[in-house]
Order: sequence, then structure tokens, then C-alpha cells
Amino acid sequence: MATEEEIAVKEPLDLIRLSLDERIYVKLRSDRELRGKLHAYDQHLNMILGDVEEVVTSVEIDDETYEEIVRTTRRTIPYLFVRGDGVILVSPPLRTV
Amino acid sequence: MGRSTNHTKLAIASFPTSTDESVLGVFFLSFSKPESTEQREKKMLFFSYFKELVGKEVTVELKNDLAIRGTLLSVDQYLNIKLENTRVVDQDKYPHMLSVRNCFIRGSVVRYVLLPPDAVDIDILHDATRREARGN
Repeated sequence: MATEEEIAVKEPLDLIRLSLDERIYVKLRSDRELRGKLHAYDQHLNMILGDVEEVVTSVEIDDETYEEIVRTTRRTIPYLFVRGDGVILVSPPLRTV
Repeated sequence: MGRSTNHTKLAIASFPTSTDESVLGVFFLSFSKPESTEQREKKMLFFSYFKELVGKEVTVELKNDLAIRGTLLSVDQYLNIKLENTRVVDQDKYPHMLSVRNCFIRGSVVRYVLLPPDAVDIDILHDATRREARGN
């Protein structure tokens, strides 16, 4: 009985439960993205991630040519607590690069 | 139904009295309970986790990009944070708090808390998360 309840996926938060201890992709506000291993989360989507890579995307406009330059800044953090109010979406990691 | 709710259950029973009148008795079988401690604890995973971290050195990154490194002094249910022995990470860029050594940070302005690797017990976190998730 207990194992059935554990596996049952009833609401969206249950989908995240399936990704515990797996690598996930998190899209945050302010054009930020995180990829890391999900260790803990709660109903607010506060999360603790391990081995995280943060990508910050910024667009600069050249003064002369007026072209848009898209820049990404990356950094890696061993363990990170993320506050849930900044989270937009959570997903298994996209297979890019 | 898997969800536990605080229903008040009613039962209606009738029984004869000495005056030969049947009296309808309404019995409460179970009362509406105030939120049990178990239910309250379910909402406090990260509060409990941060309480364990008190005394460790952390870096709090705020939503305005300011990063403050300091020793965790205390935390509350809203994840407001008190730090002591604080230093701003990029002091040249953010000279606002050069002389500040203790601060209180409202939980809602926190974007990240960078944790020391030795403060993370992965298995305990996984178990606590599964318990909290299953209860909902």
C-alpha cells in the first residue's frame, strides 16, 4: 500500500518527486537557468541542488551597429539553496551541447 | 481517499426515554482538529534544514545581485536570515555595507544561499523530501 502511494503521480509536484536525486533543468526569473542534481524541494519550489551550473543570459546592444549581442555568464556552485519564488519551471535536462 | 481532512463527522441516533419519547441525539464522532503538529511540520523542511546549518559559513545572494558571506546566526519560519561576521563578496562593486558586520535579511529578497559542501547530507534530505511530498 505504502509503495503504491509513493509511486502514484497525482499532482504536478509529484512529477518533480520523480526527479529526486536526478539532474534537472530549472528556469528562473531574470534570464537565469540552472542545471544540477535535485536533492530537496518543497511545495514553494524552494530547492537544494548539487553540482550546479548557473547560466545568466544578457543582451547588450552595440552603440554603433545597434546589433544585439547575447552573452551568457556561467558559474558552477557545489551546493545551492534556491528560493522558490524565483522559479519559473523545472524539467529533466534538455539534451543540448 | 488519500487526503486527510479535518471533517467533523456526525452521527444521528435515536433512543427511547422514560417518557416514551424518542429523542434524537446528535453525536459528534470526530471533532475538527486544529492543524496537527504533523501537518505543521510538513511545511517546514527548509526551516529545519537551515536550523541545522546555524554556525556554518554561507553566502547569501540577494535578488538585487548583492552577495553576502557570513556565519549563519539564526533563521525563522519565513526563512529570514541573520548573519554575523558579514563581508560583501564583491566589495568594490557594492561599497554600501563596508562596515556592516551583522545583518538581518528578509527571506523574500533571497535568491540563492550558497551552502558549504560539508553541511549537506544528501540522504537525509532525500528522505525528508520524500516524506514531505508523500504527505500532501
